[in-house]
Amino acid sequence: MDLAYTPRQKAFRAEVRAWLADNLPREPLESYDTREGFEQHRAWERKLFDARLSMVIWPEHLGGRGCDLIEWLIFEEEYYGAGAPMRVNQNGQLLLGPTLLEFGTEEQKQRFLPRMAASDDMWAQGWSEPNAGSDMAAITSKAILSADGSHYVLNGQKTWSTRAIYADWLFGLFRSDPASSRHHGLSYMAVPLDAEGITIRPIQALNGKQAFAEVFFDDVKVPVENRIGDEGQGWHVAMATAGFERGLLLRSPARFQYTARRLVELYNSRREIADRDPSIRDAVLEAWAGTEAYALSAYHTVGRLNKGAKIGAEASTNKIYWSELDLKMHETAMRILSAYGELTADAPQAVDAGRWLEGFLFAQAGPIYAGTNEIQRNIIAERMLGLPK
Amino acid sequence: MDFTFTDDQLTFREAVSRFLMTEAAPEALREIWETDAGRSPALRKNLAEQGLTALSVPEDCGGLGMDDIAWSLMTQELGYYAIPDSLADTAYVAAGLISALPAEHPQRAEWLERIAEGSIRIAVGHPVNPLVADANPADLLLLAHGDEVHALARNQVEVEPNPSIDLSRRVAGVSWTPGAETCIASGEQGKALQARALNLGALSVAGQLLGLTQRMLDLSVDYVAQRKQFGKPIGSFQAVKHHLADVATKIEFAKPVLYRAAYAVAHNEAGADLQVSHAKLVCGEAALLGARKGIQVHGAMGYTWEVDLQMFMKRAWALDASWGDAAFHKARIADVILADGAKLGPGHTFED
Repeated sequence: MDLAYTPRQKAFRAEVRAWLADNLPREPLESYDTREGFEQHRAWERKLFDARLSMVIWPEHLGGRGCDLIEWLIFEEEYYGAGAPMRVNQNGQLLLGPTLLEFGTEEQKQRFLPRMAASDDMWAQGWSEPNAGSDMAAITSKAILSADGSHYVLNGQKTWSTRAIYADWLFGLFRSDPASSRHHGLSYMAVPLDAEGITIRPIQALNGKQAFAEVFFDDVKVPVENRIGDEGQGWHVAMATAGFERGLLLRSPARFQYTARRLVELYNSRREIADRDPSIRDAVLEAWAGTEAYALSAYHTVGRLNKGAKIGAEASTNKIYWSELDLKMHETAMRILSAYGELTADAPQAVDAGRWLEGFLFAQAGPIYAGTNEIQRNIIAERMLGLPK
Repeated sequence: MDFTFTDDQLTFREAVSRFLMTEAAPEALREIWETDAGRSPALRKNLAEQGLTALSVPEDCGGLGMDDIAWSLMTQELGYYAIPDSLADTAYVAAGLISALPAEHPQRAEWLERIAEGSIRIAVGHPVNPLVADANPADLLLLAHGDEVHALARNQVEVEPNPSIDLSRRVAGVSWTPGAETCIASGEQGKALQARALNLGALSVAGQLLGLTQRMLDLSVDYVAQRKQFGKPIGSFQAVKHHLADVATKIEFAKPVLYRAAYAVAHNEAGADLQVSHAKLVCGEAALLGARKGIQVHGAMGYTWEVDLQMFMKRAWALDASWGDAAFHKARIADVILADGAKLGPGHTFED
């Protein structure tokens, strides 16, 4: 155990910090759940990419920087510590990206990853269907191979596809063997959203914005080169992605540590109001303690990965931990804000431009998306503790 | 930056676990519980023969010179088996204090050698604990008085035993008269020694609490997998699964906090108090949850004397308030975190 950063790691931190200080947008970007904000975020992602800071852990020839996981944690700390924008292409970069690196052909990696790192292509997910939510193996959308084997024909419906109305591509699971059931006979497909036969219908989210969408497929032709992994192996490929999502990549500790810091600042600035309820102080301390524990766990996990360990079902503890912590922190902020909590960004008396409210709304989704926390608890009980199904 | 244990450390932990599995089986615990002294000289002798009393003692005093980081694995094993012996008080906390005395201190070498060979039992008092654990069976007591630390033989103190619900814990009120001849440290040195005692004690208990949590979880998993109702194991019901998944999650995120604190103490980091308090807090929370969920999934069996769970729950309940209760450690965290100019947020996790 050696908890000192190496000179190389320190230099990398200094470089990222200096670059962010020079390049961070001066004004906060619009919400990426709006068309305008989405494009602002795309432009910011391009800037990151040009500085080779978009996907630091990807290999250099695929648009990354070849950093190790410790450097990635350092990058995240500097990035979120500086208050930099949320990553608009995270579904592509953090979920599909690792899947392509593991299952994609060399041609697919070259074709998709650099453009994804640059956010030239923005990606939406296609997992859930109206009757396949927590029970993802109930997927019925089909991808049937043409007689000449050149393309698949897609039919069906996906839903809860985040920012799909603004995105360029969709990745997800389709049933390629119509006679199959459950997790058999599924294939993992990459689908251009401008293909003929696709209809995208926005869904207005809790925040009033068109944050996600339904996607309808009506005889959509997709070339066979767009299948990721073998035909019929989609479930296996998707589970790897779901593992990454629940695990470290999607929710690195730094953004939660940043929230905890803001919460301490909020509490310190409004102590007269907050201390009327002594349990608020405890909740603020828990925010610090919980986010530090999450960061320590990340470093511990990365250390073990570097020594060749694999992340198994414990990834599910991550998902529960960060989502419930994030919710608790935002609930605490709302309690401190008291009657100002309900004020939206454009309210003249809003505190911190309504950012806590925005975060509070989004935090409601945490225990639901990426596999509900009930499903995660089942996974922990069955796969980590070995309890019977 | 490498936040993991060495293979040697992990192998050592395995060896300790295998040893305690036979030496401190639940039946042995029950037998020792029944005795008046609550301590088994035979068990202590076996621990000493395995070298476990010598772990912290510096190598030049006949010990193994093991640091706090390895101890954070060791204390988990002591907790996991809920050993009916205050080994860590002597071999870790007291050894750590005596090692910190100046080399020329007349009894330093003698005490350390006796710790290493397993021929002395030392009880450590601190203002944070109103009672002294193992004061009665101790040969030597290290006690605080103002900024001073005193060392007294058992016959120099009056001991009033106070029975605990955990029959492995023998706590007592201690009356004694400080004198110049008993004082081993005073002023800044005494204060530093007391601060060190607090961090070592809290870290030791934190590790034990985490080990206890793992044991209560394991016992619960075993129980719900075999107990059947409605024609199937109760462990197949989501309500039961989710109780235990919560305990597993608590453990998962308490472990690295314990290890971070151990590293901070081992390296005398300026922020060690904060890290130790964080560790004590989360390990205590994990243990209380482990006990709560453990008894729930055991049903009425969990409320009996017969089922082993009770021994581990009682230890957890008792240790949670020792070496600083939750309120004490929260206050230590608040002093740092809520202070003006506190270094918080991303990038400060490993700052000294």
